[in-house]
Amino acid sequence: MANTENASRWHARLALGLLLAPALIWLMALVILPHVDLAILSFRERVAPRHYAASLAQYKTFFDEPLYWHVFVRTAVMSVIATMLTLVLAFPIAWIIAKLAQGRAGSLLFIVCLIPFWVSETVRTLGWMILLRESGVLPSLLVKLGLADMPPELLYRDATILVGLVYTSLLFMVVPLVSALESLDNSLIEAAYDLGANGLTVLRKIVIPHAAPGITAGCIVVFMLTLGNYLTPTLLGGKNSQWFTEQIYTQFITRFNWEQGAAFGFLLLALSTALVVLGLKISGQQFGDVMRRT
Amino acid sequence: MDSLSFTVERGSFFSILGPSGCGKTTLLRMIAGFIAPDEGDIAIGGKSMRGVAPNRRPVNMVFQQLALFPMMSVAENVAFGLARRGMGRTERLRRSAAMLERVGLAGASAKRVDELSGGQRQRVAIARSLVLDPTLLLLDEPLGALDLKLREHMKIELKQLQAAFGTTFVYITHDQSEALVLSDHVGVMNQGRFEQLGSPQDLYYRPQTPFVAGFVGANNRVVGRATRRDGAMTEIATTDGWMLRALQHGTLAVGGAAEVFVRPEIATLARSAAELPPGQPAHAGEVQSVLFDGANSAVLLQESATRREFRIALPQTGQFSELKPHEKIMFSFDPARAVCFPARAGAAGQDG
Repeated sequence: MANTENASRWHARLALGLLLAPALIWLMALVILPHVDLAILSFRERVAPRHYAASLAQYKTFFDEPLYWHVFVRTAVMSVIATMLTLVLAFPIAWIIAKLAQGRAGSLLFIVCLIPFWVSETVRTLGWMILLRESGVLPSLLVKLGLADMPPELLYRDATILVGLVYTSLLFMVVPLVSALESLDNSLIEAAYDLGANGLTVLRKIVIPHAAPGITAGCIVVFMLTLGNYLTPTLLGGKNSQWFTEQIYTQFITRFNWEQGAAFGFLLLALSTALVVLGLKISGQQFGDVMRRT
Repeated sequence: MDSLSFTVERGSFFSILGPSGCGKTTLLRMIAGFIAPDEGDIAIGGKSMRGVAPNRRPVNMVFQQLALFPMMSVAENVAFGLARRGMGRTERLRRSAAMLERVGLAGASAKRVDELSGGQRQRVAIARSLVLDPTLLLLDEPLGALDLKLREHMKIELKQLQAAFGTTFVYITHDQSEALVLSDHVGVMNQGRFEQLGSPQDLYYRPQTPFVAGFVGANNRVVGRATRRDGAMTEIATTDGWMLRALQHGTLAVGGAAEVFVRPEIATLARSAAELPPGQPAHAGEVQSVLFDGANSAVLLQESATRREFRIALPQTGQFSELKPHEKIMFSFDPARAVCFPARAGAAGQDG
């Protein structure tokens, strides 16, 4: 009896292991191993050709050179602003899809949010450039309408970068918000209203507390996507973009300084982790609970 | 919804009883202010409610699924409405604790909503509304989600709560037993209008329409034609020749189609015609099945000549509880306690 029981338990474990194997191999080969390698890279210094020594020099450079941490802080602040803007813009959309649109109208709206993603990010961003560059559609329209004497250059501004980032991120905020709002029982809203609450109080006391895990999940995803975005800030912001991913790219590709690039990569990882943890603390959410909602 | 008009006495328990889809929820939501009536007006405490939003009406509602706020504690749920009135935190918590004590949930303030049992949630939902001291409390089938035992218990509790607080309750339900047990007055609703407004006793003993007679309480319904009038009594014959007598309601002309309703408990069973109460027309039947249900036991029999089904309550004495299927039996009922109406359109021909 005990033997067969042991054997069947062993079989169950083997089956579980085999089922998990592809995911585990994926994690090991493509996430953990490169990061271990990068970590080793970031903590060494070239002392002579083909000769390396363990050192904190890469991290020291970051703090000594004002340009680097200036770009670092700027990237973080811009990402937070982009995340907040995305939330403010996505909330009404999600509300309409989840609560107001009936039947097919809801799915249609969802598809409208999804359609831009059928086009590659590069093409989409180039589309923005066609619209916004000096000789582009929008500046000439402004001149025609008499709002400007000369076609203004709309590219290479912080606001333009934000527009591009919000546009790219919108769907990733709308999806968790829709699922959070759909699970909100309409009678709770009616009950609050019936007990004397106005629209703002219903939003503050009922809707937002209920949707908090969805809001947090959307914010985490959008924040990480924005912080690690390379294409949008580079194309829409040009030389002025000063995005941290661009610094990493420069170190790896232009300067061929892999050690410095690896150190920057880890600093970015630390930054996103720290800000996500801070966000969870402020909103009082649990990471596991939030991730289940995404 | 059709046009309708009714008045609820202050401090009374009023029920709206009707089958699902009869418009009773719509009516309740109109009183609460979630839907505006196309025409006409609703006045609460003498003031017109036209254009008054739900959050400004002196009315509170207990929702069908209760709609307690899961993100708040029990005390916060009860204090929610007080906070909306701008009451300070200490006063709010004091009042909510006092209210919870009155509904028998003294220690539950700090609990979360999902830690409560079905009956306790019910009481929190009522406390949350009553703490605002509304002119009118609306209840939308609040017992529907509970199991039978708890429902019976909550029925009594609701009636006691209403008596203790003296608040006017408007209660909607499709369960006639809830409406009869709880209410001072009941409005029976069908297809968007009131069939009859009255006390539970009125509805049960003096139904004004065939719908009320069929919907409130158990009833035997027989369809036939009026053959003879005899003062207030009318004689009705079915197409297959069964003759019954009943008290007449409405304008029922001789020859017109009629519906007769006989309550199971007004009929008497006997082994022979001689044992039946004198003066009552005797009918013969054959036992089909005995439906034993304690005090609500009944026998289902077929009238001998026409094979029509007829339900008769068994006497509480236990007499006749040993009846067997296919046994022959006599029965009679007092025609003055049976009622007949002109048949409704589409009702002729089908019995039930």
